[in-house]
Amino acid sequence: MKRLIIITSILGLITTIVPPFLVFTNQIDPSTSKTLMLIGTVVWFISAPLWLNKKEQESV
Amino acid sequence: MNKSTSLVAKLNAINEYERQPIPESKLKSWKKFIGTYAGEHTAGTEFVLGPLFVAHGASAIDLVTGLLIGNVLAVLSWAFFTGKIAAKTRLTLYYQLEKIAGSKFTLIYNLVNAGLFCFLAGAMIAVSATAVGIPFNLEMPTLTDILPNSLGWILTVFAIGAITTVVAMFGFEQVSKFANIAAPWMIMVFIAAAVGVLPRLGINSLADFWPVAKNTIWTGVPLEGQSQFTFWHITFFAWFCNMAMHIGMADMSILRYAKKWTAGFSTASGVFLGHYIAWIASGILYSLFLLESNNSLTFAPGPIAYEAAGIAGAVCVVIAGWTTANPTLYRAGLAIQSINPNWKTWKVTLFVGLFTTIAACFPALVMRLLEFVALYGLILMPVGAVIFIDVYFMERWGLVKNYALESGKKLNPAVAFTWILTLGFCLVLNLFADVEIFFLGLPGWFVAVIAYLIFSKLFQKPIVFKTQKVNLTSEPILNH
Repeated sequence: MKRLIIITSILGLITTIVPPFLVFTNQIDPSTSKTLMLIGTVVWFISAPLWLNKKEQESV
Repeated sequence: MNKSTSLVAKLNAINEYERQPIPESKLKSWKKFIGTYAGEHTAGTEFVLGPLFVAHGASAIDLVTGLLIGNVLAVLSWAFFTGKIAAKTRLTLYYQLEKIAGSKFTLIYNLVNAGLFCFLAGAMIAVSATAVGIPFNLEMPTLTDILPNSLGWILTVFAIGAITTVVAMFGFEQVSKFANIAAPWMIMVFIAAAVGVLPRLGINSLADFWPVAKNTIWTGVPLEGQSQFTFWHITFFAWFCNMAMHIGMADMSILRYAKKWTAGFSTASGVFLGHYIAWIASGILYSLFLLESNNSLTFAPGPIAYEAAGIAGAVCVVIAGWTTANPTLYRAGLAIQSINPNWKTWKVTLFVGLFTTIAACFPALVMRLLEFVALYGLILMPVGAVIFIDVYFMERWGLVKNYALESGKKLNPAVAFTWILTLGFCLVLNLFADVEIFFLGLPGWFVAVIAYLIFSKLFQKPIVFKTQKVNLTSEPILNH
């Protein structure tokens, strides 16, 4: 389960950073890129708290 | 656990090992510091500093090489100054300073530090306000603004200031956790936003980047009313923008946890992500704004990020500003509280928050952030020079190290006079020799080192210990 959440978070980050590169290579338009970035942001902020700080607390 | 108990617990946690060396079992490897520094140096300030290089007419080659050399010098300073001393003493700056300079001097240092923290937090509240104001069509400040330009601006700043203050009063731990989560996402948004606007600048392939960077982004021509930045400005700014942390020794508090002094090199993650990639990225965004607005003097990171990355960009500005302002405000409160530990933390933070919010209403705080950051490092630098000399050279030259502790004095005059003389020397250089603030740190450090040795020779009195070599801190007797 934890691995699945981490993968979801990473996918959120990828969805945040990749769309502008697709704009750069002229494969999507800027407005689609902005929407995808927002989706990636939402996915990251929902999923990352479920594992990120917990991992840190365990390691300290 | 109720809120007040929780707050006491948090304060206790912060004070852990504050007055004793870190035990061996608590030491951490260099990998831990890579993450810590990467998060710490990608902050709200990056949305302002990168664009200000563009406004000051930095050229592309000066920027790329100046930032590279300046950042390398900063990393070396962290490793060879802060890292080495932190690994040797395992103490916080504050306790080390108290041993050398005395509790009264540390109090003054804390107050000065708190004032500087307030202004930095204020600038970050103002940065957040530029993003929060977007849906309200808020009139944004310009590069030459000093006073607030509208009632709407003041109300927006006060709303953000109030939220920041309340959270700093009761929810520091949550903000700290939130900042950890936001850090990797923020650097992604910085990079992504800049890449997404490259076609609008005329960059459609990697080969296009350098010609456009030279001729359109970092043109070498300053905006109206802005001074010209050269390679040396950029190098020295990149080196000294965190002078308080490395040469000024504030990061002893972090690096004292390192297993080896070489953990200081881990700061490279922070400076090269935050002070290289993020500054370049935010500079690209600002140059697009200038191009499309016909060199408008409006300076507002919020709308610039929104235009480039949509809602994610605007949210990034709010979060970056807020996660920087919040812990800064909290630290300022703790520093003020050191005057009288009986004062309630929440009341001190409320007062500090009000002061910070009033300061944030003045856009000059953001527009002059380059100068402020340089001043911040400069003011705290002499203390780092004093610690450096005290740890390494005092005994070699027949002087007593940790003089305040050994003599029982609450104020070591050698440190106080060193601070005053160094800052006075820098002020004279600035006013009468036209040396800009960015360059004062280097000569100032050498003056501080020499002044501390001379003043120590003048002011130190021989100390005889009743219990020689058994316990150096016990019952010192001053020979008058």
